[in-house]
Amino acid sequence: MSAGSWQARVYAALKLARIRQVGYVPDAGHAHLIEAAHADPDMRAVVLTTEEEGIALTAGAWLGGERAVLLMQSSGVGNCINMLSLPVNCRMPFLTLVTMRGEWAEFNPWQVPMGSATPTVLAAAGVQVRRADSPADVAEIVAASAALAFDSAVAVAVLFSQRLVGAKGFEK
Amino acid sequence: MINDGTLDRRAVASVLLRDPADLLVVTGLGAPSYDAAAAGDRALNFYLWGAMGGAAMVGLGLALAQPQRRVLVLTGDGEMLMGMGSLATIAAAAPRNLAIAVLDNARFGETGSQHSHTGLGTDLAAVASACGWPSVAVARDMDEVEALRIRLRREMLFAVLRISPAELPRHLPPRDGALLKDRFHWSLGIASA
Repeated sequence: MSAGSWQARVYAALKLARIRQVGYVPDAGHAHLIEAAHADPDMRAVVLTTEEEGIALTAGAWLGGERAVLLMQSSGVGNCINMLSLPVNCRMPFLTLVTMRGEWAEFNPWQVPMGSATPTVLAAAGVQVRRADSPADVAEIVAASAALAFDSAVAVAVLFSQRLVGAKGFEK
Repeated sequence: MINDGTLDRRAVASVLLRDPADLLVVTGLGAPSYDAAAAGDRALNFYLWGAMGGAAMVGLGLALAQPQRRVLVLTGDGEMLMGMGSLATIAAAAPRNLAIAVLDNARFGETGSQHSHTGLGTDLAAVASACGWPSVAVARDMDEVEALRIRLRREMLFAVLRISPAELPRHLPPRDGALLKDRFHWSLGIASA
């Protein structure tokens, strides 16, 4: 992760937001962030078996006075819906960074239905949805979304567009 | 396979939660929340009324955030089965200050007492062990429950308590999640994170 890359600036935004726990289901688009979180002695990176675990992890972290973030891919959003009742009901902050699939030069058609549904189902579940399309403003959007989530105690998802992250190649 | 549990769930909960001091307690939805409330409502009990499958992971986030305190997750077999993957996640994270106690009646008691997987062949303690939990235990009588009360406050322990499927009157704790969270924070002295 080079120092000036948008990934490095997103990581710096999470540091500034005092994020201490990072739950993740791996995604190539989050690989830099996951590596940085594991290497950071002030962050605890927690690998999950499924994304809804991360909602409960972030709620537990907040209950104990720490800020957490969930990193996942759009396919995982569908796994989270009922668990989102936890932060919404308890008026807890919730922040997730979602790498999008199924919307830009997608090779795998199985990614398209959930990718298309992601912003709608998040909004329906009570989550504020923001979208980052360009390297120039993604870190600013993450910083503002973290402020919204933690200062106003609401659930916020930042969607990293597939164009921003780069479509996954399936070369044989 | 049939359930052979005979323990009284309220008696088990009142032993496990006796003299709780500053023990941080997370309860899974349904009867375990009622059992914990019947043992004595307190601000450091965080009852889940939904989010099925999430109790253990709430416990993990809390244990990582509060490494100087003990966290006990008290839940049922159905709730734990829905979050079975979290047994692998927690084992990998290895929080020394977290323990889970499953009140196992081999039933979905809240919905008509249908048989759950623990009455149909699944051994949750063996699952936890296979996921890498350092200690697991099964209690079938009250002496074993007393012994587990101590261990659940000292070890990273996954315990199954074989309770009777008898249904007891509901003892309902507060169900406003925001209130439960706020009073938990006030009790811990957390203004805002």
